[in-house]
Amino acid sequence: MTAPVLRNSDESALRCKRYRKRILEISQQVSALHCAPAFSCVEIVDAVYNMLMRRDESGATRDTFIMSKGHGYLTQLAILEEMGIVRRRDLDEYCTPGGRLGAHPDYGVPGIEATSGSLGHGFGMSVGMGAADRILGDDRRIFVVVGDGEMQEGSSWEAVTMAPNLGLKNLVVFLDFNNYQGLGRTSESHPFFDPMAEKLASFGWAAADIDGHDTPLIVETVRRSLGQRPTFVVCRTVKGQGVSFMQNDPIWHYRSPNKAEYLQALAEIEAAP
Amino acid sequence: MRNTFADTFFEAAQTDPRLCAVVADISPAGSMLRFREKFPDRFINTGVAEQIMIGIVAGMALRGLKPFAYTIASFALFRPYEFVRDDLCYQNLPVTVVGIGGGVTYSTLGATHHALEDIGLATTLPNMQVIAPSDPAEVREATRWCVAQTNGPVYLRLGKAGEPILTKDAIDPWQFGKLRYLRRGRDLCILSYGPVMKIAIEIADRLAAQGTSVSVVSAHTLKPLDQAGVREALASHRHVVVIEETLPNGGLTGRVKDLALATKATCRLDCFTLKDEFIHCYGSYEQALAAHGLSA
Repeated sequence: MTAPVLRNSDESALRCKRYRKRILEISQQVSALHCAPAFSCVEIVDAVYNMLMRRDESGATRDTFIMSKGHGYLTQLAILEEMGIVRRRDLDEYCTPGGRLGAHPDYGVPGIEATSGSLGHGFGMSVGMGAADRILGDDRRIFVVVGDGEMQEGSSWEAVTMAPNLGLKNLVVFLDFNNYQGLGRTSESHPFFDPMAEKLASFGWAAADIDGHDTPLIVETVRRSLGQRPTFVVCRTVKGQGVSFMQNDPIWHYRSPNKAEYLQALAEIEAAP
Repeated sequence: MRNTFADTFFEAAQTDPRLCAVVADISPAGSMLRFREKFPDRFINTGVAEQIMIGIVAGMALRGLKPFAYTIASFALFRPYEFVRDDLCYQNLPVTVVGIGGGVTYSTLGATHHALEDIGLATTLPNMQVIAPSDPAEVREATRWCVAQTNGPVYLRLGKAGEPILTKDAIDPWQFGKLRYLRRGRDLCILSYGPVMKIAIEIADRLAAQGTSVSVVSAHTLKPLDQAGVREALASHRHVVVIEETLPNGGLTGRVKDLALATKATCRLDCFTLKDEFIHCYGSYEQALAAHGLSA
């Protein structure tokens, strides 16, 4: 295992464009999917898979990624497909009878290390994995993406409390803080939720608050504390990032774009720098 | 039961480094304390936090360890129920959730500490295996089975401490998923499990003294239930009695009635359970059972 070299941001920007386009393509197969919540975490998940996970010469990794906010699954699938871990055929059969992929991560699907969908579960299981790695003397990094709505679950806070108690130095949790949940803005329903980084720091985490669409910054932030303390990165993101009409409109948590919307979305992503 | 569990678990942990204990602020009495002292890395206390207790054992099992979650039954199962369901059962992980004080064991602590409906809630979960040993000797057998099994999750329902040995002269050995005849008779058959087996035995003794030939059966495995065994018991006795320390819904009672109906059983069938209500009785364990209508 070798630590990957930080690649230039153009490369990651190109990858993120491809992932977003692929998600839009899948959106044309089904009537509903989690487009906008996938778009808000594209740069985070790209940073994890392509820069932070350590890989051997064959590209295999023993590091773990858990999409605890299961509605970000499409981003993970787009990446796993490009890596050849999930087959194109599986994505062609996304959410269809006989297919193996549903709308949320299922343990047993190649590349999926824990089931999520119900919120506040993946975070806790990642703490158990970290505890196991410590017992087994296994050097494995664990990366988790949680949502801001998900951080309202009591179980998320039980995980927040336990990870520093157990000294989990290889655990990195990204908060995809897109400020939207089912009934509207998190900042309106939970005005005291923010600032999160200070709260996490007071619980014993190495915490940072950064732009969640800046891939090099994500990587640099994680590398600062990885291996020393459990790390919590508050990533300021935009729900629906990359497509103007999807941004910050709750309907795009669930809706698939129609043909015209799809074409416009593709064009916008293509035209982005 | 609690101490036998801890002793057996501790013994197994000497040779199996994958065994871990995750507890939620329950006093680590007896051998659990020895386990913590000898294997501090493999002992985690989550404090008063049961959802993360289940999350942690799930994560450990996903890494190939064999963890046991351990606390008072109502907090081992009710409080983190959806975590047991999604993390353990849906992913089908070989984790044992140990519930101490099933039923009304904690008789003075009120219904918050009574696991009245745990058997129904545990058996209704897909993939979940449910064991409720009848005495400390069965706890030893069941614990040995749990540390070795790899099928999936188990809910192991225990009493507290000081329960008598009731299965010393059993006819059958303890076998997961099989009814166990402690005595075999011709007329009447009592199916029971857990510490209330003591009541079953007292009743059986009394009936035997009156000349009735009585079978006493430990139905220690509630899921998978030994359906063939229950059918056979219904067919070979003229009177079958179920005594269980749980609510009528979801327990052995309903399953035996279903099987009696399905097999057009002709025997008389009587079922005794806890009442479908929260009681406010703060006496001894026996008094709490009696307040629920269970006594010899």
